[in-house]
Amino acid sequence: MSIISKSATQQREMMRTGELTSVELTTAYLEQIRSRESAVKAFVHLDEQQTLDAAQQIDTRRAAGEPLGDLAGIPVAVKDNLCCQGIPTTCASKFLSDFIPPYDATVIAKLKTADAVLIGRTNMDEFAMGSSTENSAIQVTNNPWDLQCIPGGSSGGSAACIAADFAPLALGSDTGGSIRQPAALCGIVGLKPSYGRVSRYGLVAFASSLDQIGPMTSNVEDAALLLQVLAGHDSHDSTSADVTVDSYVENVTQPLSNLTLGIVDEHYGDGLDIEIKSSIEEAIRVYESLGATIKHVEMPHASYGIATYYIIAPCEASSNLARFDGAHYGQRADTCMTDQQSTSEDALTRMYRSSRAAGFGDEVKRRIMLGTYALSEGYYDAFYLKALKVRRLIQQDYDNAFKDIDLLIGPVTARSAFKQGETIADPMAMYMEDLFTVTANLAGVAGISVPCGFTDAGLPIGMQLQSAPFQEDKLLRAAYMFQNATDWHQRRPKV
Amino acid sequence: MSSPATQSTDDVPYTVVVGLEVHVQLKTNTKLFCRCPTIFGRPPNTQTCPVCLGLPGSLPVMNRHAFELSMKTALALNCTIPHFTKWDRKNYFYPDLPKGYQTSQFDLPMSEHGHLNIFSEDDEFADKQIRILRAHLEEDAGKSMHDEADGVADSRIDLNRTGTPLLEIVSEPDMRSAAEAKAYLQELRLILLYLDVSDCNMQEGSLRCDANVNLHIDTPDGTIATPIVEIKNMNSFRAVHRGIEFEVGRQYSLWKKNKQVLGDMPKQTRGWDEGSQVTRAQREKEESSDYRYFPCPDLVPVIVTDEEIQAMQQTICTLPADLRKQLFDDHQLTAHTSAVIINQGLGFANYFLTLATIIDDGRLAGNWMQGEVLRILNEQEQTIEQFTLSAAELGELLKLIQSDDIDNSKAKDVFAMMMESGQSAADVMAELGIEKVDSSQLEELCQRLVNNNPKIVADVQNGNQKAVGALIGQARNENSNVDPGQVREICLALIEKL
Repeated sequence: MSIISKSATQQREMMRTGELTSVELTTAYLEQIRSRESAVKAFVHLDEQQTLDAAQQIDTRRAAGEPLGDLAGIPVAVKDNLCCQGIPTTCASKFLSDFIPPYDATVIAKLKTADAVLIGRTNMDEFAMGSSTENSAIQVTNNPWDLQCIPGGSSGGSAACIAADFAPLALGSDTGGSIRQPAALCGIVGLKPSYGRVSRYGLVAFASSLDQIGPMTSNVEDAALLLQVLAGHDSHDSTSADVTVDSYVENVTQPLSNLTLGIVDEHYGDGLDIEIKSSIEEAIRVYESLGATIKHVEMPHASYGIATYYIIAPCEASSNLARFDGAHYGQRADTCMTDQQSTSEDALTRMYRSSRAAGFGDEVKRRIMLGTYALSEGYYDAFYLKALKVRRLIQQDYDNAFKDIDLLIGPVTARSAFKQGETIADPMAMYMEDLFTVTANLAGVAGISVPCGFTDAGLPIGMQLQSAPFQEDKLLRAAYMFQNATDWHQRRPKV
Repeated sequence: MSSPATQSTDDVPYTVVVGLEVHVQLKTNTKLFCRCPTIFGRPPNTQTCPVCLGLPGSLPVMNRHAFELSMKTALALNCTIPHFTKWDRKNYFYPDLPKGYQTSQFDLPMSEHGHLNIFSEDDEFADKQIRILRAHLEEDAGKSMHDEADGVADSRIDLNRTGTPLLEIVSEPDMRSAAEAKAYLQELRLILLYLDVSDCNMQEGSLRCDANVNLHIDTPDGTIATPIVEIKNMNSFRAVHRGIEFEVGRQYSLWKKNKQVLGDMPKQTRGWDEGSQVTRAQREKEESSDYRYFPCPDLVPVIVTDEEIQAMQQTICTLPADLRKQLFDDHQLTAHTSAVIINQGLGFANYFLTLATIIDDGRLAGNWMQGEVLRILNEQEQTIEQFTLSAAELGELLKLIQSDDIDNSKAKDVFAMMMESGQSAADVMAELGIEKVDSSQLEELCQRLVNNNPKIVADVQNGNQKAVGALIGQARNENSNVDPGQVREICLALIEKL
């Protein structure tokens, strides 16, 4: 068994006991990347030498007997919307193609403190807007299970990276499903923490009230390991919660007794692929066999999730992306600041317009326009304010549901990975990819995608568990119970 | 109060309506949403960080001290502090606004419905209350510097100021003249200085004032309102006064020509041109019509408890209006002396109060404060806090005047020596050989002078009262400690009796 097919938890132990060095481990991953990255295209930036140097430093420090962090020597791939000092952070946008942040995101600082080895930047939909990673201005990432298929998105690069064994751990971000959906489509584990569990400082904002950073891994115990490092209050993020962080790593293998799972009947309507439906039903039976009780719960407002999300997220995005104006950093279109024919202000407006026209892709422009429209005078009450009210109702649905149950169980997506180019021209169909995931973001609850089967065509299927806010411990333990009873997570793409 | 007005509204067929929007930079060490310093005048872009530069991924965290200073100010302006307030984004594009929005407060400001009282020292208008609509906290923008020399438009941006906490205080349109507007701004500045919440330096921009001005004109068909104009760039009290006066005249002339009334055109922004002493139309920002305000999702609402409001109320010092009443009621100061003392700030006023209490004479204390003390402070460019003489020490000197041990002009000499040497009043007097002249001694001296100077006596008797001055001179030559006033009085009495 190759070292790269072991879990990060195992690799960590092997390094601790001296069986393995970080350089050996990192080299093994770099070899895997060298042989398969041209087919997968998960990374948008990777500096092999820098990565090996970092691994060497950890080994040297370990040899010197220095105390090391919780992820010492373990490679972690990072989605390209997390600021890392001195490393290009492009958000897969032309606009930021040469942007190099002068500071570290809090999660990056935490990874560095934990002595992780940062192994490259992963591809994504531009500014995290999309569900297929086809909106990347840099490249299209291929699903390692079927290179003709998309890996999901927007954290498609990180998902493909884990599925292809390019790294044991990766960071994604999830605004409406961008960790869980690609995790499901790539057959890996993806956890979206509760809103406020992980600091957003340094995450290039898409929709501030919905964004969360989370772990993407090949198994549940590794997700616990990575979340343990990421979670906690941050004085740089007013919206990060000052709530105790449980001992995820210690607890993850402990099964939960008297587990009650909730099923939402609306999840099993016409839109759900039949193969996915039967996999979820099978997963529910697995839980029953493990002693769980199943209850049907009402989520009367869940069906408004997509509509609500596609008002709130674009509204926030239209404002969050206003800073990309060409004046201070990023791309400035090559026009007109010295245009003698016009007054200075006309030239300024033209600079803004041409920089943004050239720097942003179609989907980003679409969402900026949607949000700008919905926030405009005369439309605010009908769109934004109404969406906030529905959001509150969805939160109440969750509050009520979690009175009777521990966790919700259901599908992550309505269909498995689809062919590239198939959906990109149909934004509404693409938006429906978020059907089962957006409500968790709107309500601020935690959700995890865990491998639970394969289609006849050999594409992975994920099931989703959701917990009340700050119940990640319960979420991880329940996910581990399932993983421990099944072997879906052990399968690897043959590509 | 009667109104011998310089600019009377009685002889013109309109009423002037003015509301002011005042932006106050709060005196915090660091910015509103990051920990960058807020020092004025540093090299461009040296007081910046990812947050105030608006770099991707950066997030704001509220500076609690800025909120507290705002609360203190709002309470001093008699505003109500809601228990819940939030932050909103005001979206517009401008190069000095790196995030593309200003974090401000829209529909739920941190304070509202206050007032302050204005008065006129020279009775230009009657005392009145000006209502305050709201005061809200927001972040300042950076500065754009446009250099259009050689026909090449070259704009540079300094983001040092970006994110400095600004309290925007919006009055109701309650002012009826440029003089009232100026008085409002002066009183507001004084309050802010007493509270020590801002430097209030109009030249450096830590106090900025925009005026909304229009006219209500009486016409045969009833009263009409002219379109509202917002005047910007008024960097001194004088500019505020002149700017509004100019705008009043301009609007009236324009109305006579085009008869345009409120609603016929959008609100116009005009800049005050200090050089030409006129207002000029400013180009409108393209997006200014719709700022698309919405709650900032990166910040949490601020919750204020009754206990916090009460605790803050306790920290508010004596305010100028209370002090003015105290100086008038308890110390019988004239409006002018009172204004001089109050305008010097709370430290100066407190010094006065201590001194007046020690010597139990407000007028004498007031005269010395606005005379000698202020003269020394101005000469040495000091504040009262740096003044070396304590109120008790100065009181000792003034008590000697009260007991006729020394006359006022001698006291000034002693004061100068005290300042120079740091000695007490008694020590200086001993050193200068100043002592009170015994009254029988003085009588005897005067009698001798009258006897020895028949010619002067004759002059006085012939009606030339001034001639007695020569006797005073001789008296002072014999004994420098004599009080010239007393010598004059005694000599004249003796001559009368002859």
